[in-house]
Amino acid sequence: MTIVTILQNGRLIDPVDGVDVIGDLWLQDGVIVPVQEHLPENNLLFDVQGKWIVPGLIDMHVHLRDPGEEYKETVATGTRAAAAGGFTAVACMPNTRPVNDNAAVTRFILEAARSASARVYPVGAISKGSHGDGLAEYGELKEAGAVGVTDDGLPVFDSQLMRRAMEYAGSHDLLVISHSEEMALSRNGSMNEGVVSTRLGLRGIPAAAESIMVYRELALAELTGQRTHIAHVSTAAATDLIRQAKARGVRVTAETTPHYFTLTEEAVAEYDTNAKMNPPLRTEIDRQAIREGLRDGTFDAIATDHAPHSVLEKELEFDQAANGIIGLETSLPLSLSLVREGVIDAMRLVELMSSAPARILKVQGGRLAVGSVADVTVIDPDREFIYTRESILSKGKNSPFLDWKLRGKAVLTIMGGRITHNEME
Amino acid sequence: MGNVKETYRFQHKHILGIEQFSAADIIYILDTATSFKEISTRPIKKVPTLRGKTIVNFFFEPSTRTRLSFEIAAKRMSADTFNIAASTSSAQKGETLIDTACNLEAMNPDIIIIRHSSSGAPNLLARHVNAAIINAGDGAHEHPSQGLLDLMTVREHKGKIEGLKIAIVGDIAHSRVAHSDILGFTKLGAEVRVAGPATFMPSQIDSLGARLCSSVEEAVQDADVVMALRIQKERQDDPLIPSLREYSQFYGINRSLLRHASPDVLIMHPGPINRGVEMSPDVADGAGSVILEQVTNGVAVRMALLYLVMGTEGSKVG
Repeated sequence: MTIVTILQNGRLIDPVDGVDVIGDLWLQDGVIVPVQEHLPENNLLFDVQGKWIVPGLIDMHVHLRDPGEEYKETVATGTRAAAAGGFTAVACMPNTRPVNDNAAVTRFILEAARSASARVYPVGAISKGSHGDGLAEYGELKEAGAVGVTDDGLPVFDSQLMRRAMEYAGSHDLLVISHSEEMALSRNGSMNEGVVSTRLGLRGIPAAAESIMVYRELALAELTGQRTHIAHVSTAAATDLIRQAKARGVRVTAETTPHYFTLTEEAVAEYDTNAKMNPPLRTEIDRQAIREGLRDGTFDAIATDHAPHSVLEKELEFDQAANGIIGLETSLPLSLSLVREGVIDAMRLVELMSSAPARILKVQGGRLAVGSVADVTVIDPDREFIYTRESILSKGKNSPFLDWKLRGKAVLTIMGGRITHNEME
Repeated sequence: MGNVKETYRFQHKHILGIEQFSAADIIYILDTATSFKEISTRPIKKVPTLRGKTIVNFFFEPSTRTRLSFEIAAKRMSADTFNIAASTSSAQKGETLIDTACNLEAMNPDIIIIRHSSSGAPNLLARHVNAAIINAGDGAHEHPSQGLLDLMTVREHKGKIEGLKIAIVGDIAHSRVAHSDILGFTKLGAEVRVAGPATFMPSQIDSLGARLCSSVEEAVQDADVVMALRIQKERQDDPLIPSLREYSQFYGINRSLLRHASPDVLIMHPGPINRGVEMSPDVADGAGSVILEQVTNGVAVRMALLYLVMGTEGSKVG
């Protein structure tokens, strides 16, 4: 008989079935199996009293840098960081070198993912080379294993191309993910336009650069009737637009990130490049609006936009430094603070970090029902730790949360029945 | 320096911007600069105060007067000075700012004076090297020595800064001089008004302490000081003004505009002037113009800054 992994006396939370009870969870042969009256002989038992048992967390927006920028991150290191952060799956963006705009690159990533510590769902490019003209071959991308398309980081300027991308992606049941940015307004900017950019003499990126493009995507989603996902929303204005579009039935989903609901532009302080990302950190008004959007359902998912860089890209003049911060190992504790502060409840947190991403990407996981894949995360909501540079498993150390005291941690991560991270005491 | 309390001590290792200074700091720097000004009028314009100190002028942007002013200031204090321009530095070869600075550091300079097109470059340097860093202008951030020499020049003429009305006209958003001036004048109690087309105004300018005026006339009304900023002619990527011709017509400082100002208004400009664009020639050269005094005071202010960051207080100035 194969070994049965048993998680005992935990708080089982499954938003799909609306379950929030104290109980056990049994895993065998890579799936969740019914709990029996008697313990099987061959078992691996964890007493998880006081801890949460949730479907494995899914981060639907990460950069694994593989192939091409392996000095920043690889599929192996990125998924190790993911597992440590409680994630059993990640969706990786196509801005690799070469760009993931074809089946060969998608297959390369999936080959590397076979021995990885988390499931990897490649997202292909909208346009060839993400150059913004001409569609990539979505049919082949889909067959090779891509779950969506995006020109993340090199947003699509041409509205006709975006329209065609939505239509054609719909034909292949691929999700279109929009990095919404009007580049004519944001070009040369390196942080939010406002009080802090004025104080620091940095060129600003106005909130309108995001909301203008979010409006276009919503209009095109309405025109085409295709499902569209808005990535890493940072502003109050874009949140409002998405809320209104959802109310009139547009097939749109949206994500935001822990840094937008935790930090503001003030984090840039004295030119800290670890607080530089795109879209940039915004104002307190935006931060509050993002939190409200998480509370009222405007946002479907929390993603990290995990963007590892080395010192080569970060220890530079602020306007020369690369955009992006890592997030896989801080996402859960930062999101748990929303629960502690009463913005959302535990069930909603699990929805945002697991069930909804699974549903949006149309992938397995996100639930604890018998027969579901054995992707499970055990969370100690009260475990405190200092997030030190030395503790980071990602190759990137570019985080604005370095040396923060964080609360809440994944103490056991199980992917397909295999333990990928274990910090059980 | 009798008008500063005995208990005061200058505590700043680096000069990154006016933002870091208290009013007491600024007054102390101005008093120090005033006491040094006389050195430049001597037949032998040299004191031994910084003898044996090594000062590097590390300029990533073209500059004539600021670099020369710092160099003269250093030489009058007997320091050894070296100039590195971006075209001859490793920046062209792909070496990072920190790499280059660490290499400089290995040669043990005492002060690195940096001019850079990126805002915050001096702050970055200050985090990575042991030498004292003096910002000689960074991006659109600050140009503290220019701000201080402007304060010194106005104080010489008006006897004070507090209560004065200062009008700054032009491209505030892209001007590190305006930024340092706004901070410096407001810290010492002046009222700073700014004017220019909205394309020249940074986001939320009031957060710096300046009052945004809807017209140049409003800014200049009863002003004790009118400062025009240099209009940068080349900016293709961002259409800020339709033409220099139209700019000078609506925002140029000319004699008829100055009728609104205080009768003994001081005319200032950080240079170099586009004559006939932001300022008419008769204003630049006419009564009340202190533009060349600004340059003279620049040397004194920079001598004071070099002296103060070296912490050589108490040693003889000579």
